[in-house]
Amino acid sequence: MIRRSETDEKTAERRLGLWLCAPAALIMLLVTGWPILYSVLLSLQRYDLRFPKERAWIGLANYGAVLTDGFWWNAFWVTVLVTVVSVAIELVLGMLLALAMYRTLVARGAIRTLVLIPYGIVTVVAAYGWRYAWTPETGWLAGMLPEGSAPLTERTPALAIIILAEVWKTTPFMALLLMAGLAVVPNDLLQAASMDGATLWQRFFRVTLPLMKPAIMVALLFRTLDAFRIFDDIYVLTNGAADTSSVSVIAYHNLIGGLNLGIGSTMSVLVFLTVAVIAAAFIKGFGISTPGTQGGRR
Amino acid sequence: MRWASCGAMAVVLLAGVGGAAAGCGGGESGPPEINLYNAPQENIGRIVARCNRRAAGRYRITLNTLPRDADGQREQMVRRLAAGDTGLDVLGLDVMWTAELAEAEWILPWTGAYERQVRRGTLPKPLETATWDGRLYAAPYTTNVQLLWYRSDLVPKPPTTWNGLIRESDRLAAEGRPHYAEVTGAPYEGIVVWFNSVLASAGGSILNTAGETVMLGPPATRALGVMRAFGRSRAADPSISSMREDDVRLAMEGGRAAFQINWPFVYASMAANKPRLLPDFKWAPYPGVDGPGRAPLGGANFGISRYTEHPREAFEAALCLRDPQSQLTAAVMDGLPPTIRTVYDAPQMAEAYPMRQAILDALETAALRPRTPTYQNVSTVTSTILSPPGSIDPVKTEARLRDLISDALESKGVLP
Repeated sequence: MIRRSETDEKTAERRLGLWLCAPAALIMLLVTGWPILYSVLLSLQRYDLRFPKERAWIGLANYGAVLTDGFWWNAFWVTVLVTVVSVAIELVLGMLLALAMYRTLVARGAIRTLVLIPYGIVTVVAAYGWRYAWTPETGWLAGMLPEGSAPLTERTPALAIIILAEVWKTTPFMALLLMAGLAVVPNDLLQAASMDGATLWQRFFRVTLPLMKPAIMVALLFRTLDAFRIFDDIYVLTNGAADTSSVSVIAYHNLIGGLNLGIGSTMSVLVFLTVAVIAAAFIKGFGISTPGTQGGRR
Repeated sequence: MRWASCGAMAVVLLAGVGGAAAGCGGGESGPPEINLYNAPQENIGRIVARCNRRAAGRYRITLNTLPRDADGQREQMVRRLAAGDTGLDVLGLDVMWTAELAEAEWILPWTGAYERQVRRGTLPKPLETATWDGRLYAAPYTTNVQLLWYRSDLVPKPPTTWNGLIRESDRLAAEGRPHYAEVTGAPYEGIVVWFNSVLASAGGSILNTAGETVMLGPPATRALGVMRAFGRSRAADPSISSMREDDVRLAMEGGRAAFQINWPFVYASMAANKPRLLPDFKWAPYPGVDGPGRAPLGGANFGISRYTEHPREAFEAALCLRDPQSQLTAAVMDGLPPTIRTVYDAPQMAEAYPMRQAILDALETAALRPRTPTYQNVSTVTSTILSPPGSIDPVKTEARLRDLISDALESKGVLP
């Protein structure tokens, strides 16, 4: 900031601006900051709603209980697996869709609308659709499997179906983000490369992709954070049966089903920390410019 | 409309569009409103209407229907009770929740004349599900026992043990006829009641009577061996690990199965859906390990929220909702067995409940599930460990159950 050039009038204006923003900032702090702080406080207590009299401060014991628990780590690795696999598939499919949508000459609007339909359907509704489709007797997909197979009750098939449901739902979103990135690649650059004898593949990997990097990274960041919080698809499809809980589902089970505010909050805090680490890694590691910071670190 | 929810609504409205929280004024006119929260039951409206007529203006019961699944019902109620919501008065509780809600002091004990009225004529086992720590915390409304249902055209004499069931299935399979024996093997409460009953038949229990320590041990290893053998036999439906009560019922109605282990509602369902099969659709006592088994006990009780603003009216309403006439309606119209002994002798029961004597007999020996405030945790870890039954390793599974259940009892462990 170049303070010297500021006149008194400007300072006053700034102060007024701050005052005008203050209520909003304060409310934001209350509605987002306080719950986070409160769950941190809860995570330091033994607090089971069914035994209100036994509420006590126990330091980091809940963290010890959660971090040495097999169910938690199982849920953690399930979440990581679902996140990595589904985001990877979405990136490839999303890129293909984006290219197709970008290059289409006819009925562009209609095609874009069509592609976006899965993203427009409420996740829980879509998840029920998938659940019934894979349920023996009622499901059209289960009907194609050998008799007696119930894919949602076995771990590997259930995880595959969860990933499928995620990919089906969010690939359009990925495609949309990537298409915005495609739009910033100058056409004359591609033409020049073509004149120089670059093949289609070379043009894509050497020209288009590097120029799209910021868009790809933002898309990946959004989707990774989103995928890591996966809840509704799992809740509807298996509700965590056959070791398919994600971290959000297991936190929900402990908080809402188990009424154990201490353990449940500890899990929420751990999920929060992991999400923060992922976001920081993307922003620091890959030099992503987040929306609002112009040009980022470059 | 209550003040708490009005306040919340006003805040939401203020934050959103602004404006007054309409309809939140004080000065309620008319009789006190008693909010009944109950699991979906088709004809409970008739019961409520009759009680409202009988109340003659002293109170008016409003029926609120809870979600269909037990977990959803429990979640809604405990969440609101934990928040001290005054909008709940009479609560339709699964028999397994009494200990939890009583221990957390979310429901009021039944004392004095109310208690005497509940105890009078009520069957002992259902009454046991309504008590905690020696006090009565709920009024038994309906009860339930599972029976072994079989097709007499395929099975001339029903087996009395799980091994007998396996042998019969083998025989039918060899003859190329429907041979599955359907059980609730999905990882939910259904597999816990199965385990608990097999364990009781083997002479053991999950917890001690006080609900404080894990028992299990050799009887549990034996029971787990029985479940594993069943899960790997030809009696087990290939979909066993996804079967719940309704799937079990449908499998038998669809002609896939020769047997099913289920609650008596399957009889009315068979009569309605597959009347052709009904003449051969018979029932027998729940199978055991060495001889006849001990059936799982289900049902529902009425509890009174401790945050009710009209306790006297709430107790009276609950008494009416579970009186003999109400129980008869629930039994005949909705297939829910009564908890008052004399109701079984009502003439209307003969047609709707040809198996009523079998129910009464099974109620004598029925196996209660462990009674502890942390039942939800015990049940969740148990169902996770036991499904699918074919993968049980009796010795290892017993040890793992022991560890997880003792953690669950102290609300220390992590729920899966």
